[in-house]
Amino acid sequence: MSSNDVWILGINMTKFGKHPDKDAIDLASEAAMAALKDAGVSLKEMGILAYGNLVGQTSGQMLQKQIGQTGIPVFNVSNACATGATALKTAIMAIKSGECDMGLAVGVEKLAGAGLLAGGSRKSDGNVYTPQGRYGAIAATDGRIGTDTMPGTFAQVGMEYGHKYGGATFEDFASISVKNHGHSTLNPLAAYTKAMSLEEVMGDMMIAYPNTRPMCSANCDGAAAAVVVSDAKLKTLSLEQQRRAIKVSASVLTSDPYQEACQVLPDVNTLTKLAAREAYEKAGIGPDDLDLVELHDCFATAELVHYDNLMLCPEGGAVDFLKSGAPYRTGKTPVNVSGGLQSKGHPIAATGIANIWEICHHLRGEAGPRQIEGAKVGLAHVIGLGSACGIHVLEKSGL
Amino acid sequence: MSTSVPIVDYLVLGDQPHLVANECTACGARFFDRRNACANCSEVEFHKVDIATEGEVTSFTIVTFAAPGVPVPFVSATVNANGTTVRANLINVEASPEHVKLGMQVKLATYIMGTDDNGTEAVAFGFEPAN
Repeated sequence: MSSNDVWILGINMTKFGKHPDKDAIDLASEAAMAALKDAGVSLKEMGILAYGNLVGQTSGQMLQKQIGQTGIPVFNVSNACATGATALKTAIMAIKSGECDMGLAVGVEKLAGAGLLAGGSRKSDGNVYTPQGRYGAIAATDGRIGTDTMPGTFAQVGMEYGHKYGGATFEDFASISVKNHGHSTLNPLAAYTKAMSLEEVMGDMMIAYPNTRPMCSANCDGAAAAVVVSDAKLKTLSLEQQRRAIKVSASVLTSDPYQEACQVLPDVNTLTKLAAREAYEKAGIGPDDLDLVELHDCFATAELVHYDNLMLCPEGGAVDFLKSGAPYRTGKTPVNVSGGLQSKGHPIAATGIANIWEICHHLRGEAGPRQIEGAKVGLAHVIGLGSACGIHVLEKSGL
Repeated sequence: MSTSVPIVDYLVLGDQPHLVANECTACGARFFDRRNACANCSEVEFHKVDIATEGEVTSFTIVTFAAPGVPVPFVSATVNANGTTVRANLINVEASPEHVKLGMQVKLATYIMGTDDNGTEAVAFGFEPAN
């Protein structure tokens, strides 16, 4: 008797960092072929390819030309920083719909050396003021009517939390970064693996108060890929494949419902709370059951608010949760033991699959020196501004 | 006599400069640009409303690294103007965490941003400490 469950059969992430000799298709190929090898199946068995490359704009069809053109449907997806999670969910939905019994999801980005990813550069004001665009602007508004930059936007997200609930200091935000950089020293695939002290984090170059440079996600190159399989198909595979398969207990994607101010400062909270509630309900799992969490720490200020949004702490209790030591790898609910986006790196479209690779690695008991002992359940979260939130709850096989 | 233009069309100049929004007639949701239908309730009728010129800082950041051509540092903030959240720079205050505080009371202020070849002045806005 098979269920409607979908499983991750194989998964891989490349080393994140600088890959000057590889283009996006090389990296996507490396991750895809390694995920297939990890799954113990071939590309010919895939019924769908879902592919994400946000900035580079390569396509799944280009990946096929590099590793195998089998004629299957390709979905090229784009959903800001949630692109990887969206690709994975697309493959999962195809399997749940019954259209196929195995699928491949790939996310890749080439971002090493990229600077600020929003805001562009300001053109000089025109010789004659002429209202243009949706706001009838006669000149550039970034820097004149608030900031368009991501470090600044997410700084305001964290400060807003501090205003609402009180007591979130520069030092609190910086200590999140200290935690994640510390965690990264155990992850050989992370772009940066250097532990940093609180003084070093706080004393580094200020980007947008309270985010200093090491509190910002690292632009880098990287790819990740996953092979997903139906429950019925998995039961026909080897015991070893079944034992290593990771159950997708929930795969949720949300966009932001209207809230006052959500069009002024992006509201990353409401849609994450909605996604978390739906994911816990679907999985029949509560936040207290989680052995580890990989959440979207694109900036240190963002990680704090997501403790609350993912209900890892009581409402308004994110600072206390942090100070209790809970999100450290030795704590009650380890968060970002991979090093997170601040040190592992954030090759945008790869991130939403790479965080799932990290969880799977622990649930399979294959994480080596950074293994969270006895991990059975994990949660992976990403958010893309605009906004899109993807949450996956993953469980170890009972075999 | 020189003429003036606002930096954006939702800034109204004159003796008492203020911001305006398009308010959904059905639910009261406010938007600084146009909507075909309300993002909250999907109704399609809107009217103009004036936004309060005083408010409270609900979030801020001090940007010290920005896109090329954008002068730094500057303070970007959200201001709760009597129930409507506004995005703006904080001006006439030192751009440091010692001087900018969450919850501080601020009021709308305008300044001349530049002059074009026709002698037209561009007027921008920000919020400054109310006291």
